[in-house]
Order: sequence, then structure tokens, then C-alpha cells
Amino acid sequence: MNINTRIRYVLKPLVFVLALLPAAFVVTDLFEITGRLGANPVEEILDRFGNWGLRFMMLALAVTPLRRVTGLAWIARFRRMIGLFAFFYIAMHFAVWLVLDQGLYLPGIGEDIAKRPFITIGMLALVLLTAMALTSTAGMRRRLGKRWNQLHTSAYAVGILGVWHYWWQVKADILEPLIYAVILSALLGHRLWHRRARSQGVTPRLRANQGAG
Amino acid sequence: MLIRKPNPIRSSEITSKDNYLNRREFIRAGAASGAIAGASLSAPAALAAVIPDEPLAKLADIRKPSPFSTDETLTSYDDVTTYNNFYEFGTGKDDPHRNARDFEPQPWSIKVDGHAENTGTFHLEDFVKPHTLEERIYRMRCVEAWSMVIPWVGIPLADVLKALKPTSKAKFVAFETLYDPKRMPGQRRRVLDWPYREGLTIAEAMHPLTILAVGLYGEVLPNQNGAPLRLVVPWKYGFKGIKSIVRIRFMSRMPQTSWNLSAPHEYGFYANVNPEVDHPRWSQARERRIGSGLFAAKQPTLMFNGYAEEVASLYDGLDLRRNY
Repeated sequence: MNINTRIRYVLKPLVFVLALLPAAFVVTDLFEITGRLGANPVEEILDRFGNWGLRFMMLALAVTPLRRVTGLAWIARFRRMIGLFAFFYIAMHFAVWLVLDQGLYLPGIGEDIAKRPFITIGMLALVLLTAMALTSTAGMRRRLGKRWNQLHTSAYAVGILGVWHYWWQVKADILEPLIYAVILSALLGHRLWHRRARSQGVTPRLRANQGAG
Repeated sequence: MLIRKPNPIRSSEITSKDNYLNRREFIRAGAASGAIAGASLSAPAALAAVIPDEPLAKLADIRKPSPFSTDETLTSYDDVTTYNNFYEFGTGKDDPHRNARDFEPQPWSIKVDGHAENTGTFHLEDFVKPHTLEERIYRMRCVEAWSMVIPWVGIPLADVLKALKPTSKAKFVAFETLYDPKRMPGQRRRVLDWPYREGLTIAEAMHPLTILAVGLYGEVLPNQNGAPLRLVVPWKYGFKGIKSIVRIRFMSRMPQTSWNLSAPHEYGFYANVNPEVDHPRWSQARERRIGSGLFAAKQPTLMFNGYAEEVASLYDGLDLRRNY
């Protein structure tokens, strides 16, 4: 099996199944097969989906730096799938908030989006992510050309908004959002460093020849 | 920003004061045992400790039902004891029940100081024994917009405070939680400015709804719920219910409180449950009743958590929007 076959028929399905596990555990924990959702299951599901959304967002943003550092070009082929899983978990996070937390109570939902800055920025991140997910096909990418790159650069904005959204709702213990912020800073820092190195004429080991570099 | 108050333990390390307090304790213990001897002639069971030094032991002679109790469906024992905030044992809501397992709540003493005649250090048993244990089934509304119905066992705080004889200068009562990072692992990180501090106006403290709880569901208070002695003020947000109390201080001025120190624009001194005054980051209009199930709607939050009839008069003329 060459590397392409292995990625397509072994690694990608494997990553796909692994990425679905957190969602599967929500279901099996709900029925107390694998664990429990605890006294406040709505909050627990909401937190789990939100957390996994952030984790996949960090992973998606880590693809390019990782590819540059390791020199393994094939890593980039997982970026779309990881990004779509970030979208999946954040969309689930939003759906759980809408249906289970707010109970589709529209006045409360409207007021929260307008009045609570952390919800407003969360919504903004979701809108950007949805636009990226809808244009993630090869066909859309071809059709949008340069604008595709511009649109998909908002992955950085989504990362920042996501961590901010988390940070802003914590009561006192900022440790977890701080960890995300440190990881995000490292990922964005790497890109800035890379861009600067390139503009100063230092040839990076691997040129970013596709997508938002 | 760390505002450090002088460490209260320091002064008691001075030998002369230590001896002084010991002497008082000794006298008090003698008086208490005399009282027990008298009572035991008619009721030998009274010799048993009011708060047994045995986890989750049954509490005896609980007066119930109380006219202050609600008849709403109780939150399950499991939920009450596995889901709560007690940052001394971690900031996750399932941390307290896991990290407080090995906590030893006895022996326990409570230091009373400030504007009162009867100050000093009291053993828990002496503190509680003169009063009748009562069951009080109260709604508990957390500032995070979830709520429970909890059958506490405790004594009215007013009874305890009256026995301590506050002077006319006492306008507020301040409380402090134990500070001992060896026993309370959550204190090893400076998430809040330890020790946890809370306070009430003297009128709030003397209100018949306010209790010092020593039990839950007829049993000794579990560690994660604030053993061995905690405050319960049902018309205020849950964080006012300070746990594992080691100090009660009568003050002439409004005491500092932990959450107010941590985020003054979000948590005020009064912290009365109020559906019309939102937390800056979330609505307080509705609440999720724990145990109501995955698809249950949130329910409307009531003014003063449904205790308006009893307590609203305490705040006549006070702007509740400003004094949140």
C-alpha cells in the first residue's frame, strides 16, 4: 500500500471514528452504559460539545505548523476533516444550548445573543465556521478561488473568538481557558514568525502552497 | 490584586491569649458537662453527641415539620451530594464529593470575636447542643442559575447569636471558612482570596429563616456540603451559604466577602435572589431545577427565591438594583 492508499482507506477512516468518540460517549453516558452525565446533564453535554469544538479547532489550526515543523506534507490532508469536526461539535454545542438549555424559548435566546457579549462572540464564531464548512468542498474552493483563501483565513478569528467565549463565562478559575489561550498563542505565533521569515527572504523549508498558510 | 488581611491565627499564637482561651473553654466545658449530667437523669440518650463524629450518622431528635419548609419535590441525595460548588475542594462541581472524602470535620472549634459579650473559642458540640435541631426544607438557588430543594438539619442562627450576646455596636456578622490547604486541596491554588469569607447584616442573621446547618436528609452533613457547620440563607444566592465555618465575628461595618472581592461588579454583599437583576454575563430570570430531566424547561426564578413574604421587609427603602 502506498501512502495515498493508506491515508485514504486506513488513516482517514480511523481519524473519523476517533473524532466521533466524544459524541458517542455523550449518548452512552446518557444511558449510563459507559459513565454518567451527572446531576446537570444539560450543562454537562453543553460543556463537552463546547470543549471538543475548541479542541478540534486547535487541532485544525495545528495542522499547518505541524506540517512545516515535521516536513510531512500529507498531514495537510487531514485539515478539512478536523475542521469539519470542529464545526460539528460547535454546531452541536449551539443546538444543545438552543433546544435543551433554552428550551427553544425565543425571547430568552434573542435577549442572550444581543445582551450577553460572550454569547454574541460565540455566535459570530459559529457564523464564520458555518461559512467555512459550507465552502469546504473541492468544487467550492475552485469556484471561489482567491476569495476562498480569504474566507478560510477566518479560522484564526474563530479560534480567538472561541477561547474568548470560554474565558468570558468562567467564574473564577481561568486555568482551562488559559491553557487554550496559550496553545492558540503558540499556533498563531508560529504563523506570524513564519510569515515574517518569508517576507525577509528566508526560504522556509516547505512553502505553503495551498490554502491559508 | 491581593488584599491580604492580617492572619487571624497570629494573635492566638501569643501564649497568654492562648492560655486565656483555654481557661474559658475549660470553664465552659465544665458547665456543659454539668448540664448533660442533669439532663441524663431523665433522658440517658442525651449523653450521645448531638453531632456524632462518624460520617453520615443519623441525627437524633430532629424537630419537624417546620412551617418554613417547602413541600416541593426534594432533590435526590445523590444530586445534592455530588453536584455543588465548594472551591476549597476544587472548582469543578463534581470535585467536592471526590476531594472531600478524606476530610476530618471533627474535632472542630469556632472562634467568636468582635462586638459581643460572649466571645472565645467554642467546641462544635457546645455550640450546637443548647439548641434544638430542626429540619428545614429550603429551595437553594445558585447564582449560576440552577436550583435544588434540600432538607437541611440545623439550628436557627438567631438562637446561636443571641446566646453570644452581641452588643449594640454589632451591625453585621462575618463568617470565615477553615483555611488549611493540607486538608482542603482546592486552597493550594489561589482561585479566591482565602479564607472564604461571607457576611450578613445583623437583621438578616437574626431572621428565623437563617440557619446553621449540621445535617442533610436527617444525617450528619457530608464533607462536600460544608461539614461540620455551614450557613443556609435560602433567599440569597447559594454562595452566601459559607461552609465549614471556623469563625464568627460581630462587626460594626460591612464585612468583606469573597466573591465580592473577586468580582465586585458581578457579586454584591447582599446577593439576594432577584430575577429582575441579571448577572452581567447571564440572565437570572429563570433557573434549571436539578433532577428535572434532560428535556424539562427552566422554571421562572422567584423574587427572594420565593421567600419575599418573609424577608422583603428587611430591604424596605433599599435600591436592590444597586445593592445586588
